[in-house]
Amino acid sequence: MGNDIMIQMKNIYKRFNELEVLKGIDLEVRRGEVLAIIGPSGSGKSTLLRCLNRLESIDCGTIEIEGDFLAREEEGIAKYADKIASQRILSRMGMVFQQFNLFPHMTVLENLIEAPVQVKKMKPEQIIPTAESLLDKVGLLAKKDVFPSRLSGGQQQRVAIARALAMNPDIMLFDEPTSALDPELTGEVLRTMRRLAQEHMTMIVVTHEMAFAREVAHKVIFMADGEIVEQGTPQELFSNPQQARTKAFLQNML
Amino acid sequence: MEKLMVIVMPMLEGCEITLQIFSLTLIMALPLGLLAAMAKLSKFRLVRVLTDVYIWLMRGTPLMLQLLFVYFALPLVGIRLPDIAAALLAFTLNYAAYFAEIFRSGIQSIERGQYEAAKTLGMTYMQTMRRIIIPQMVKRVLPPISNETINLVKDTSLIYILAMNDLLRVARTIVQREFDMTPFLIAAVFYLAMTFVLTWIFKKLEAHYAKYDE
Repeated sequence: MGNDIMIQMKNIYKRFNELEVLKGIDLEVRRGEVLAIIGPSGSGKSTLLRCLNRLESIDCGTIEIEGDFLAREEEGIAKYADKIASQRILSRMGMVFQQFNLFPHMTVLENLIEAPVQVKKMKPEQIIPTAESLLDKVGLLAKKDVFPSRLSGGQQQRVAIARALAMNPDIMLFDEPTSALDPELTGEVLRTMRRLAQEHMTMIVVTHEMAFAREVAHKVIFMADGEIVEQGTPQELFSNPQQARTKAFLQNML
Repeated sequence: MEKLMVIVMPMLEGCEITLQIFSLTLIMALPLGLLAAMAKLSKFRLVRVLTDVYIWLMRGTPLMLQLLFVYFALPLVGIRLPDIAAALLAFTLNYAAYFAEIFRSGIQSIERGQYEAAKTLGMTYMQTMRRIIIPQMVKRVLPPISNETINLVKDTSLIYILAMNDLLRVARTIVQREFDMTPFLIAAVFYLAMTFVLTWIFKKLEAHYAKYDE
């Protein structure tokens, strides 16, 4: 694991009208690191992830991705980079959603090559070998010509992971990737993610899977009410939590 | 038999006018409707308000009145259009307004996650609309679009008031001349044949889009 910082978030504030959902978050992720974010629903953990790739905009704070500023705090408000710089920075991150969000009108292979062809202007024949090897990696090459509706939830989520990887990101963001799945289907998705971690992909995973966080993450953050309550190695956080709220949360989860 | 041909031949010519108005209206009203749907979803308030006013006017007044307005009122302010163009203008503006509402509801029925997935993959708004949202919308709006299209075939008969020799007007002229009701029956058969073909086309389209479920 290198020591270079991939993601740095400083003093992040975000409100939805009257509701303050992020209250001064600071966070750092290094290259090859797997960061798990846990916490009760409504704690702001998904919002934090969505702010990172601009599905939501922050009100205040600084976001730096691989040394480039996506947003920079100026006089108490977040100033975003211009459109071209933003696009360049955001293209380094891939995202996997709770609801998969595959394109239902495209086959599995078409889902994978869509963005490389449209965004990177690659020719289909340039990207198809990569797409096929990614599908092979997630164990779904045999399904390349079927439509997503024919797949189980677990298979759809593995395709969604492969689709994000087809854009060759440096960082992968996972927003509760197994929460919409039947319990018996979470294993195959977690295995795929574990393999990605072993290949030193930088990952941020918002999850309720404590076993996964404990086993795969290098660092775990516990969030509640828009704040980071506690962070540390899985060992520290799960075996020896310092804060009362962390203890209470973990007790409920086990 | 010869007598029947005397009736049918001019009616076929009437059909040509009917089909001409029908197909040209469709070709222009579908893209215009899509454009108006996008305008209704614009982030600019002025664009939204103007589109709302246009749709309100078109849906809020009779098509017959709109035809009369284009044909008789516009020349008073110096805009004189050829007959067919006048009819096409009224039909296109009217149908585009209905199509716009259908397209808008179709676009809004697509889940937000589709936009978010496209955005995180780096696609622009236009790419997202063109490649992701509109193709899915088309599948969902086929039944209401089919309805409107069938309506259009029959609405073309309104142009008889503009003294254009469409199918219905030809039929009526012959009826009045010959004191024979057969032309009305033949006209009905022609309309039924046209709507039958349309129904078949839309059935094929729906089957085509059924290759994927949602």
